Amino acid sequence: MEIPYTHTPRPDTGLYNAKVGIWLFLASEIMLFGALFSAYILLRVSAPVGFWPDVALAWPRGLLNIPIGTFNTAVLITSSVTVVLAWAALKMNNFARFRVYMVITVLCAFAFLGIKSFEYNDKFSHYVIRLQDGKALTGHIEVDGKHPRFWNFSDQWSVAKLTEQKVAKIKVEVDPARDINGHPKKGASHQHEVREVAVSDIVSMGSYTPATHPFFAVYFLITALHGLHVLGGALVLGYFAFPGAKMWKSNPEQFINRIEVGGLFWHFVDLVWIFLFPVVYLL
Amino acid sequence: MSLKAFHIVFVAASVILMAFLSGWSFLAYQETHSTEYLVWSLCAASSVVGLVIYGRFFLRKLRNISFL
Repeated sequence: MEIPYTHTPRPDTGLYNAKVGIWLFLASEIMLFGALFSAYILLRVSAPVGFWPDVALAWPRGLLNIPIGTFNTAVLITSSVTVVLAWAALKMNNFARFRVYMVITVLCAFAFLGIKSFEYNDKFSHYVIRLQDGKALTGHIEVDGKHPRFWNFSDQWSVAKLTEQKVAKIKVEVDPARDINGHPKKGASHQHEVREVAVSDIVSMGSYTPATHPFFAVYFLITALHGLHVLGGALVLGYFAFPGAKMWKSNPEQFINRIEVGGLFWHFVDLVWIFLFPVVYLL
Repeated sequence: MSLKAFHIVFVAASVILMAFLSGWSFLAYQETHSTEYLVWSLCAASSVVGLVIYGRFFLRKLRNISFL
C-alpha cells in the first residue's frame, strides 16, 4: 500500500506529511533550546552582585572572541542562503546547480564546526587565577614548559595538582586589562605580558571549563548541543547531495520535498545561532 | 510555512542581529574610542543594507513559489 501525501498536499491542511512532521519536531526543539536559554538568563539575573560580572575582572564578560563569533555567524547565514538556493534550483529543474549549492552548504557547516573547535581549544587552555593578595589574573598558562591542550582532559591544572606534582612556579600570559563591560581598558596595551607566579601565592585556579563558572557550563552546553545539530544537519544534507540524490530520477517531487524539509531544519539551526551569538558573545 | 517563508523570517532576524551588533559596537566605540569598534559598527551596518537588498532579490526570484 502506498503512503498518501508524501509529495502531494493533503486537501484539508494544504501540506504534505513531511512538512507537518518537521514542524512538530521543530516545535519540540524550540522547547529544548528555549529551556536552556531561560536557564542562562535566570542564572545570570539571579547571580549575587559582584559575581557575574566579577567586579575585579569583569569576568566572564568579554571572554569570547567577537570577530571569530561574527565570522561564524556570517558562515551560517551564507549556508542558509545556499540551502534555499539549492531548493530553488531543484524547483527550476536545475540539478547541477542544486548540487553545487548543497556542497557549499555542507562546507560552510564543517567550517563552522572547525572554527568552533578552535574556540573550544582556546577556552580549555585559558585559566583564571586568584592570588593570596586578593588580585586575580586571566590568561594561558605554561607548566614545566608545556601548554595544556583541550583534547587531553588529564591536562587540566589545579592548585592541588600543582602542589602534588611539586611545581613551584608557573608562567601566565596575562590577558590585557578590561573594564567592567569586558572592553579593553583605555590606553591598556594589547600585548600579553608573561608573568611568573609562585604556586604558593595562588588561592585557586581553574580553566575556562563548566566547573569553573556557570557561564561556561551554559556556554558549553548550548553551543555543543547546537554544534551536534549542525553536524547532524550537515550529514543529512550531504546525503541528499550525493547518495540520496538518486530519488531525483525516480520521484523528483518527493526529492524536492525532502530538500525543503532539510532546509527548514537547517534554517532552525541557524536561527538558534542568531539568538545565541548576541546572548553569549555580546551581552 | 514553506522554506521560502522561513527564509524571509531568517533574513529578517539576521537584519535585526546585524543592526544590534552595529549599535553595540558603536556604543563600545564611544566608551573606548577604539577604531576597531567603529570599523566593526560600520561593517555590521553595511551588512544590514546587504541583507535587505538580498531579501528583496530573493522575494523577486521566488515570486511564483507559495509561502505555505
